[in-house]
Amino acid sequence: MTNKITQVTLKNGMKVMLKEIHTAPIISSWVWYRVGSKDEPTGKTGISHWTEHMQFKGTKKFPANILDKAISREGGRWNASTSHDSTRYFETMPADKIDLALRLEADRMKNSNYHEKEVASERTVIISEREGHENEPMFRLTEVVQNTAFHVHPYHHEIIGDMADLHTITRDDLYKHYRTYYVPNNAVLAMAGDFETRSMLKRVKELFEGIPKGATPPRLARPEPEQKGEVRLSVEGPGETTFIQVAYRFPNATHPDYFPLQVLDSLLGGVSGLSYKTSRLYRALVDKEYAVDVSGWSEATVDPYLYRITITNHPKRKPEEAIAALDAEIQNIQNDLVSDDEIKRSVKQARAVFAYSSENITNQAFWMGYTEMFSSYEWFTTYLDKLAMVTPQDVQRVARKYFQPKSRVIGTYIPNGTEA
Amino acid sequence: MAKRITKPVKPSLPGPDDIYRVTLSNGIAVLARSSFDSPSISMGGYLPAGAIFETNEKLGLADFVSSSLMRGTQTRTFDAIYNELESVGASMGFDSGVHNVSFGGRALVEDIPLMLTLLSESLQSPIFPSDEVEKLRAQLLTGLAIRAQDTSDVAAMAFDRMLFNDHPYGRPSDGFVETIQSITRKDMEEFHRLHFGPRGMVIVIVGAIEPEKAVEEVERVLGGWQVPGQVDAPALPPHKPVKKTVRHHHTLPGKSQSDLVIGMIGPGRKDPEYLPASLGNSVLGQFGMMGRIGDVVREKSGLAYYASSGLNAGTGPGSWEVSAGVNPRNLKKAIGLIENELRKFIKSGVTKEELADSQANYIGRLPLSLESNNGVASAMINIERYELGLDYYQRYEGLVRAVTRADVLETARKYIDPDRLVIATAGP
Repeated sequence: MTNKITQVTLKNGMKVMLKEIHTAPIISSWVWYRVGSKDEPTGKTGISHWTEHMQFKGTKKFPANILDKAISREGGRWNASTSHDSTRYFETMPADKIDLALRLEADRMKNSNYHEKEVASERTVIISEREGHENEPMFRLTEVVQNTAFHVHPYHHEIIGDMADLHTITRDDLYKHYRTYYVPNNAVLAMAGDFETRSMLKRVKELFEGIPKGATPPRLARPEPEQKGEVRLSVEGPGETTFIQVAYRFPNATHPDYFPLQVLDSLLGGVSGLSYKTSRLYRALVDKEYAVDVSGWSEATVDPYLYRITITNHPKRKPEEAIAALDAEIQNIQNDLVSDDEIKRSVKQARAVFAYSSENITNQAFWMGYTEMFSSYEWFTTYLDKLAMVTPQDVQRVARKYFQPKSRVIGTYIPNGTEA
Repeated sequence: MAKRITKPVKPSLPGPDDIYRVTLSNGIAVLARSSFDSPSISMGGYLPAGAIFETNEKLGLADFVSSSLMRGTQTRTFDAIYNELESVGASMGFDSGVHNVSFGGRALVEDIPLMLTLLSESLQSPIFPSDEVEKLRAQLLTGLAIRAQDTSDVAAMAFDRMLFNDHPYGRPSDGFVETIQSITRKDMEEFHRLHFGPRGMVIVIVGAIEPEKAVEEVERVLGGWQVPGQVDAPALPPHKPVKKTVRHHHTLPGKSQSDLVIGMIGPGRKDPEYLPASLGNSVLGQFGMMGRIGDVVREKSGLAYYASSGLNAGTGPGSWEVSAGVNPRNLKKAIGLIENELRKFIKSGVTKEELADSQANYIGRLPLSLESNNGVASAMINIERYELGLDYYQRYEGLVRAVTRADVLETARKYIDPDRLVIATAGP
């Protein structure tokens, strides 16, 4: 896999990233906006995600019912998603049809319809989406853990938003959000696939460079103060199964400690996309029958966020027993140096996952834009090298620094039986 | 349309010229195809050792056995097997259905021999260690407890039960609490001894390896496998058709959303009606934003985040299902809207434009579904399992284009009867 790409900033401030891949007649095109749930004040939570939904309601030129049919007719795949830090839209199309996607994205950067009627119908769709999440014990638990971990920083709320706000956000709120953040100087276009860079760049300029630059979007600057002691909480709900979530504080993705923590994460919980039955936590909790499953999860974010360990408790054990087993394993990694071989293994796992991911052109375009949201593409291209430079001492140091009880939140989902 | 600014590379559709297919002397069919774009390989396949062999009392046995294959073999422990795989970033797993136990895996190309060795050991010499079996049993039982609280799983199970009655397709392949509790190690050993063998097994390898070399590797580890007593699967019994609309609601207290499944029998994968039904289904509940169903239930009424239809077509009779997640107070309204769409669908079928749209979608998306090694491996498994012919994906465009509006309408009328529906719901 080559990592050679072309990066250009247009006159209106929009960044363009192009990577030629000639393995299949496919192009994947992604537009990223630097706006997500962290840009939402109390009372407007969920507005970034709802705006993402409204972006599928069409423009004058591409009315809603024409839009999705036009993409599907060409055999394209398209979707969008919203995260804490960004909102992204992608189309993966047969290479000779990609122009449609580019014209559509250029048009909906500034001309989307926000009709009152569509806002009303989408309100109930999003409320239904949230109700679907609320059916899941894990969503209920995760939401409360997150609410508790962040009192000040807007990572406080779930991306879908609080139900109260989903009932009160107005059409004008949504339109204002759209016009504020969907400006070319807040956007990145990342494309990978079967094109010729020079002519593609020319076409991108024709379509996007005329979109006027907007004011620099405002940001909420509310850093989370240091946590001064462990917080334990519980949530009750239907079911028979107890779930535990332990959230530690992690630095943002450009922090020097991020890479040693990635190695530590892979030792504790395994590597995303692979099985994790020889990870330290699986051996300590599942093999020893304190839990029937355990996983670790971190996210590359702009501001400091969380590392979450999620445990599905063994039906014959108390949650305290699983937490004690977890603590013992974390103490092991804090007290005893891991071996060089363990780190080499972690790097080989990451190398394999990169190879699988490179089979897919959509993924390759994703990584360009994704890393640009919190760092740069170099973060991606140097990832394996940076992992390889991590030493056993680094791992021990970050284990001691970040895995402290006083800065964690432990949430337990307590089932109240199958019948009400 | 703006001028074309790309000169696409030629799509590379798998076909007889680049799929290498060999049957080993013990009956295993091996299919291999090269792609050197990434230094990785995908492996997949199946063997006929599914839930069809189970009794009602031991429901979930095939699933329990397939989940136990990597829990210890004559030469390696559970931890050793996974340590070998995970240390090199490879992954492998087994799953089970009514007819088959299926398997799949990925590895960097240098680790193919290791992965195939572990596959072979797991298939030929699992020992079902009792401590591992008990750990797994607790995991499976927890899975069933979680399933019992999942509105979409519960609705889907009720749907299958009502649609297929006592037929093997009406039973959940992961069993029930009491059946999982009743399965012994001896049951598992015996199931393995009688039903696991090379006859009927298929293995597909796709990726950065020459096809002949891939076949050699399979021959090396599985070519000597002989199971003289391997029992043939019983024939599928006929299913009893539904005489009038049947409904069932499963109450799950404390939930904020209800799930619904509405449907009927659909064609099997080898039936000539499969493609007309599939294209018709695309118009009904897939194309664009979940087709007509999505348009009516989500876009126009704002009742659901998801509402779509799907065709579940395999070896025997399939199912044709509409599913949605809605607020409990909108359940009746959503069912009414869906029934209405089904009536419209069999009254006037699809328009010329709708059919053309879905045909274009099917043809256009083919290269996307075949870009990764996993995508190609799935396609090759389909070719083998449903005897589609090695040139199937090269003929695909013609097959899709040949379907007419009349074919779709005739197929829809054959399968869909709005007065004989199965309606399953779960929620508060």
